[in-house]
Amino acid sequence: MLDDFLIRAGLAAVGLSLATGPLGSFVIWRRMAYFGDATAHAAVLGVALALATDLPIGLGTLTVALAMAVTVAGLSARGWAMDTTLGVLAHSALAFGLVAVSFFPTVRTDLSSYLFGDILAVTRTELALVWAGALAVLGLLAWRWQALLTATLSEDLAHAAGLRPDRERLILVLALALVVAVALKIVGALLIAAMLLIPAAAARSFARTPEAMAALAILIGAVSGLGGLGLSLWQDTPTGPSMIVVAALLFALTSLRRRV
Amino acid sequence: MTLLSADHVCVRYGAHEVLHDISLKIAPGEIVTILGPNGSGKSTLLRALLGILPVAEGRILREAGLRIGYVPQRLTIDRTMPITVRRFLSLPVRVRDRAAAGTLARVGMSGQEGAQMTALSGGQLQRVLLARALLGRPQLLMLDEPTAGLDQPGEAAFYRLIEEVRAETGAAVLMVSHDLHVVMAASDRVICLNGHICCEGTPRVVSTAPEYRALFGLGTQGALALYRHEHDHDHRDGHPQHHHHHGHDHDHA
Repeated sequence: MLDDFLIRAGLAAVGLSLATGPLGSFVIWRRMAYFGDATAHAAVLGVALALATDLPIGLGTLTVALAMAVTVAGLSARGWAMDTTLGVLAHSALAFGLVAVSFFPTVRTDLSSYLFGDILAVTRTELALVWAGALAVLGLLAWRWQALLTATLSEDLAHAAGLRPDRERLILVLALALVVAVALKIVGALLIAAMLLIPAAAARSFARTPEAMAALAILIGAVSGLGGLGLSLWQDTPTGPSMIVVAALLFALTSLRRRV
Repeated sequence: MTLLSADHVCVRYGAHEVLHDISLKIAPGEIVTILGPNGSGKSTLLRALLGILPVAEGRILREAGLRIGYVPQRLTIDRTMPITVRRFLSLPVRVRDRAAAGTLARVGMSGQEGAQMTALSGGQLQRVLLARALLGRPQLLMLDEPTAGLDQPGEAAFYRLIEEVRAETGAAVLMVSHDLHVVMAASDRVICLNGHICCEGTPRVVSTAPEYRALFGLGTQGALALYRHEHDHDHRDGHPQHHHHHGHDHDHA
């Protein structure tokens, strides 16, 4: 069954949404959208690093994404003007990455697969890594769920309850770097943040509790992934962007429901 | 026996000393109010006692295993987060439906489990915050300006509720307020704060203390008196290095 590239692609999309649903919800609640962008864009730099050092691509992206996420988290804790700082970091990471990658002619021809993903070419090993990474993120969030929610609502309440908000923030940063490494192959560096944001934003209008929003975001993410796969087959469109198109359409539909 | 004590505590933001040489003790079952004008460091003191802010000098001692229930001045929940009252009460420790319903009834919010937190009024939110704090069976309740968003009858009702809670559970209560007469009636002890402890004692003693009168104006016949206090009162002989800093944002509306 796993011999079929379509089955592998579909499973990869569903696997990814297990992580992006809950994590994307936190990205929205904590207004970390740009933060996700910066981390995801840094992944291209990770590709270059991996090629230069002959390390696996996944390890390179994970390392650089983690470094970027920790940097950004550190700066925001020190009270930098995040809007500008994140904009600078996000786009320079991307630019540096693109320039660095251009030194490797083999990648140059294949650059778009890192920018927009290449889910149809997912191998069995990569599929296993996607699921392992996604389940790790899901497990991490589930383990810290109560503390994460409390710290997201109010750092003071978390402190007073004996929790450590800075540690919970670090958990999210770690989860974000993992998701970026996992999602690079599927939707590509440019659209990872969209995969985090859009399904969770679409879930918001139907949810009454944080858990419901996270679960719905998983569902909407999976439907977007499979729908995008279908759209891409039907119209021969690039798969990663097609998934985001479906997610965006779902978001537009759900926002009609919202009474403003 | 002491639940919580501060021992010569100083708190600084950078070079600016917000709290100077604070020593206080909270005993089980007593209601203590920290009173002071805006910018006097009341919230800072509460946050330092809770361990949210680091102290520059001195020590804060908590009885081992002390359960604290904290009610913040306000809670702004991002509209992007859907959360019901019932779900909120289970953060960070999950509670049973019966306990949640009972405590909601206790604070006058019976049957509101399904309401969205973002849809509550200021007074309702205060009550839910109190309910959440009570569900942890606190030995010490710490409330930061608990009646900030309430009108006068709401205020009085809230303080009655606090007294009832103390009577039922035996919890000590440490409150912060800038608001005079209502608080005074509800407290066993008042600590008058303006960067340092100006005076403390029973409400009757404090209200006749010259430091208190200097800080809040002589009359204290209403909330406005608060805003007319002398900014440089003259009892600083004992604190030669202390500079009163009044970064007030008075609301004269």
